[in-house]
Amino acid sequence: MSGTGLTAVAAQIVVVISGAPLLAGWMRQVRARMEGRAGAGVLQPWRDTRKLLRKEPITPIGTGPAFRTAPALLVATTAVVAALVPLLSTTTPVSAHADLILVVALLALGTVALALAGLDSGTAFGGMGASREMTVAALVEPTILVAVFAFSIPAGSTNLAAIVAGAVREPSRLASPAGLLATAALAVAVLAETGRIPVDNPATHLELTMVHEAMVLEYSGPDLALVELGAQMRLTVLLGLLASLFAPWGIATDASWPALAVALAAFVVKVAVLGAVLAAAEVFWAKVRLFRVPELLAGSFLLALLAVTSSYFLSGE
Amino acid sequence: MRPMSTGTYTQLLDLACGAFLLAAVVVLWRRELVAIVRTFALQGIALAAIPLLIGLHEQRWGLIAVATGIGALRAGLLPYLMRRALAALTPSGGEEHHYEEDVSEARETQPLVNVAASLLTAAALTLLAYAVARPLVALNPGPAARALPVGLAVVLIGLFVLATRRRALAQVVGFLLLDNGITATAFLAASGVPLIVELGVSFDVLLAVLVLQILTTRMRTAFGTTDIDDLRELHD
Repeated sequence: MSGTGLTAVAAQIVVVISGAPLLAGWMRQVRARMEGRAGAGVLQPWRDTRKLLRKEPITPIGTGPAFRTAPALLVATTAVVAALVPLLSTTTPVSAHADLILVVALLALGTVALALAGLDSGTAFGGMGASREMTVAALVEPTILVAVFAFSIPAGSTNLAAIVAGAVREPSRLASPAGLLATAALAVAVLAETGRIPVDNPATHLELTMVHEAMVLEYSGPDLALVELGAQMRLTVLLGLLASLFAPWGIATDASWPALAVALAAFVVKVAVLGAVLAAAEVFWAKVRLFRVPELLAGSFLLALLAVTSSYFLSGE
Repeated sequence: MRPMSTGTYTQLLDLACGAFLLAAVVVLWRRELVAIVRTFALQGIALAAIPLLIGLHEQRWGLIAVATGIGALRAGLLPYLMRRALAALTPSGGEEHHYEEDVSEARETQPLVNVAASLLTAAALTLLAYAVARPLVALNPGPAARALPVGLAVVLIGLFVLATRRRALAQVVGFLLLDNGITATAFLAASGVPLIVELGVSFDVLLAVLVLQILTTRMRTAFGTTDIDDLRELHD
């Protein structure tokens, strides 16, 4: 048990860290092709990372420990989440600690570290980006909590591994109104949390609209590489979490090597498909105005709340 | 025809009720009147699915006929009438005047309660409907009765739309949401009302929409807008 379990945990971390830049590159490539451009190739984010890592680390004058520790903290919290969330297997040595509230708290810790770094840099853009990021985060965290809580009611536990294992056993839970509403709410929350297009545009440095880019404007060299990697890992982990909750097929529920191999292939396919769908949708969407973002997030919170209430009055208990 | 298995019936009924409630929320969410009318038509389909499923499950052919009638009226005729009223309100100025076209009539630009707050209110109203319906559900805890809060929630949300929206057509949709909610409650609580009552209610609704269609056109010619706030004085 522990051999495959440990391998599963290690594989989750390695796949997320090495695959996150590839996912970002894949999404950019899909988007470029749909817009009629040739695209830079799937490997471009890795090339960017290599270029940034070779540069000399520079921190602006007057910045303190918050600015220096934030990139490492972002990557570390996301790596811990990648180890905890049942992406490949539900029976790992750490799956007993994969509590929903812990996972959301770790993600929030990364967000807060980056926002503090933005404030610490002391520039106007850093503070503006941090304040916007906090506004969005304050609205997103309850949505994620409530949406996954809707999944946890039929499972009777807030442990993510238990939720996913229960959904593998009883797929009819997913087609219930609660499951569908919670998935829709979670999808909007993931878009907002990872700064994708209806909420934030990751490809712009326009000062009026940028959120994430405004916070990390002062970073350069290896620190910037870590921040970029952290953002890409968050996207991968959250898309993986969405896939695990809504399409749990293929995830290993027992400790055997073939199941783990199947789970790995299924995870790569699911996240690649989700990423392609997201990139394709982004071609057709426009970024909403910043003052409309609370409206979008209130809507997704309402969907999550309806999911919880409907799992009380619609499920056949 | 053999009756559906209870598990499939419960699941399909739950899905229909979930879609029904979701459509009411989306009406609150969107601003474009065209999208609101389209959502209302989808809600009509979900509403028609409820008596259809109950009829198939309990093998009552009358209910299936009622379901067909409800689907034709609420997903077909009423949205068609509202679309016609909307087309009359927003005259398309042709391709060359595309940028000058006045779109303010086609959107609910400034509701009395902003969209984010009204979505949160809808959440509270749903919880209220759940709390209120609990003694009713306890009377006969079947799958249809357990979905009763959905009907009550749509009634409350319809009333909220009616009270907070300014455009005449958005208020018509609010009124129809209210009526959809009442119909759904009737089907879920008592497997429907007698056919003659259902027919009477349907004609009532149809007549109300026809009258309101004429009223919005009159308002448009009298005031140049369909903002209900302009109706403050009585005239002969």
